[in-house]
Amino acid sequence: MDIFVQQLINGLTLGAVYAVVALGYTMVYGIIQLINFAHGEVVMIGAMVAFTVINLLAAGGLPPLAVVLIGAACAIPVCMLVSYTVERLAYRPLRRAPRLAPLITAIGVSIILQHLAMLVWSRNVLAFPQIIPLKTFHFLGATVTGVQLTILGICAAIMCGLAALVYRTRLGRAMRATAQNPQVAGLMGVDINRVIASTFVIGAALAAVAGVMVGTYYGVAQYTMGSILGLKAFAAAVLGGIGNVPGAMVGGLLLGVVEALGAGYIGDITDLCRYGPLARAIGERCADGGHFVLFGSNYQDVFAFVVLILVLVFRPSGLLGERVGDRA
Amino acid sequence: MKPLIDVRGRPLLLWIGIAAIAVALIALPFVLSMVGTTWVRIANLAVLYVLLALGLNIVVGFAGLLDLGYIAFYAVGAYVYALLASPHFGLHLPFWIILPIGAAVAALFGVLLGAPTLKLRGDYLAIVTLGFGEIVRIFLNNLSQPVNITRGPQGIAQIDPFRIGPLDLSTTDRVLGVVISGPMKYYWLLLAVMVVVILINVRLQNSRIGRAWEAVREDETAARAMGIDTTAVKLLAFAMGASFGGIAGGMFASIQGFISPESFVLVESIMVVAMVVLGGMGNIWGVILGAVLLSFVPEILRWTVAPFQNALFGKQLVEPEVIRMLLFGLALVLVMLFRPAGLLPSSVRQRELAGEEAR
Repeated sequence: MDIFVQQLINGLTLGAVYAVVALGYTMVYGIIQLINFAHGEVVMIGAMVAFTVINLLAAGGLPPLAVVLIGAACAIPVCMLVSYTVERLAYRPLRRAPRLAPLITAIGVSIILQHLAMLVWSRNVLAFPQIIPLKTFHFLGATVTGVQLTILGICAAIMCGLAALVYRTRLGRAMRATAQNPQVAGLMGVDINRVIASTFVIGAALAAVAGVMVGTYYGVAQYTMGSILGLKAFAAAVLGGIGNVPGAMVGGLLLGVVEALGAGYIGDITDLCRYGPLARAIGERCADGGHFVLFGSNYQDVFAFVVLILVLVFRPSGLLGERVGDRA
Repeated sequence: MKPLIDVRGRPLLLWIGIAAIAVALIALPFVLSMVGTTWVRIANLAVLYVLLALGLNIVVGFAGLLDLGYIAFYAVGAYVYALLASPHFGLHLPFWIILPIGAAVAALFGVLLGAPTLKLRGDYLAIVTLGFGEIVRIFLNNLSQPVNITRGPQGIAQIDPFRIGPLDLSTTDRVLGVVISGPMKYYWLLLAVMVVVILINVRLQNSRIGRAWEAVREDETAARAMGIDTTAVKLLAFAMGASFGGIAGGMFASIQGFISPESFVLVESIMVVAMVVLGGMGNIWGVILGAVLLSFVPEILRWTVAPFQNALFGKQLVEPEVIRMLLFGLALVLVMLFRPAGLLPSSVRQRELAGEEAR
């Protein structure tokens, strides 16, 4: 039971980060039906910029929270600028092109960003300086760290803020209108280019925050961290129903929990020695409490992809999404 | 039954040109080995990439299905070869038995991936295939336990080279005073395989299946209305593309003598996509051009830029590997922006991309 609660908390923390990244995917997809492949790299750039700043300030004697906040404050504008530039130069000219064209461009942009980051920061892993005192809380037999609580709190705040932005503001209304029908929205006086650019920029700001959070959580940042994180977040967005803002939040949290519980339990479940007849068949390796584990926790990264494939095959619209008619 | 290649109405000049190209290609390793045996190996890799790009072209170019996990089939072919011809299991089957098995297993994987996912819309399919490629790689990395099948990240070494009777393709021979190295022999084998694959591709494109693929790519609904079994046709594209990948993988394993999951990462898939896109999706000659360009140019840069940097700055500022990857990324972006049909566009694809919306 302790392990269950512990994995649940770990999963929720990571899931909250996935959710924030997934928001960036889902907003862009909702408006221009583009899988912004480069979004994961924006998260990475956010983490790298923040880590550079944090490492510079670490020795300065400022309170740790202020250091991290300054790091994030530097990362956000950088990510916004990167994302705006990419949208302006690489995606906007292709807005009327067949669907696969911008997707291929996005893959190219992602490679370029990743390797530009390598040029700037080299292959080395940036470590998070030991400035945050390790505070732990005990909850139902599980241990929660202060960092985890902070991440959960920030993610909750971001999600509420974004929901308010999309459903309560003028820009949000313009975004929803553009998502429904860009031509008509344009006729109604919505500046579509501005709305789409704002969507990218808002997503990039969220990505920067997510990058800082995930970097702080793991304690490291590297130029390769973006692609797998981006893919998982995309899986989360699809799970919740791509294009759907609450869906991305639900999908992210759910995917984080599935991954944590899956990694925590798959080793036990697929230990063939637990099953009487099979254990006898295997014989000596099961004797004396031995194990014959088919799939261990090293398959953790598979879960996101399996979830992604299952959702797309059985419910392409996701948990909260509307049915997508066009399947050509 | 039509002849393999239509000879009628082709001027003599064309045949002379083809013969000249053939002689040049056959003589190429002698020229390259004067520069260094490394370049023969690079040429071998380039031909392997041509094979991969041609295989992927069936899926992406002919049938219009973006596959971002194509390298998984390459990996399957390579591991089938490695498992059946290495000391790891003590099996040493001859290559002409293993290569068909590898192709068949890869095709089976293609069907396994395609069957549940082919009804998905293009961009979703791309992501699912990407996930599939990663899943295969993660399995290769971890299938060393509980039973050691793939040896995990260590990879499989001492893979048998191709042997045809007494002829061993990995050793250096001396024929009539001319030194013929292992890579050179492999080069000619690869060249022969490439010619066969090109012929198959040319014939496929103009066949009933090829036209069905084109129809599905242009408008799936209309194709179905015309009586094409779209699912079967798309599955066939996946399976055929995959089997070419499997054959290329088997040859890769034998040439290298060592494989590990490191060789089959996502970036490799994207590289092959970049070759197809740069050359011109759906145009066989364009795809070959793309594969050759993206195999050779980075290598040439590697040998020119590094000394240049050393001379200019006294140290290596930009690693050649980074230049290579930036080149791939730029190729994808710039081609899509300025020449969406590729360097050598296929005539149909050009029309399609010129239109406002494909469907």
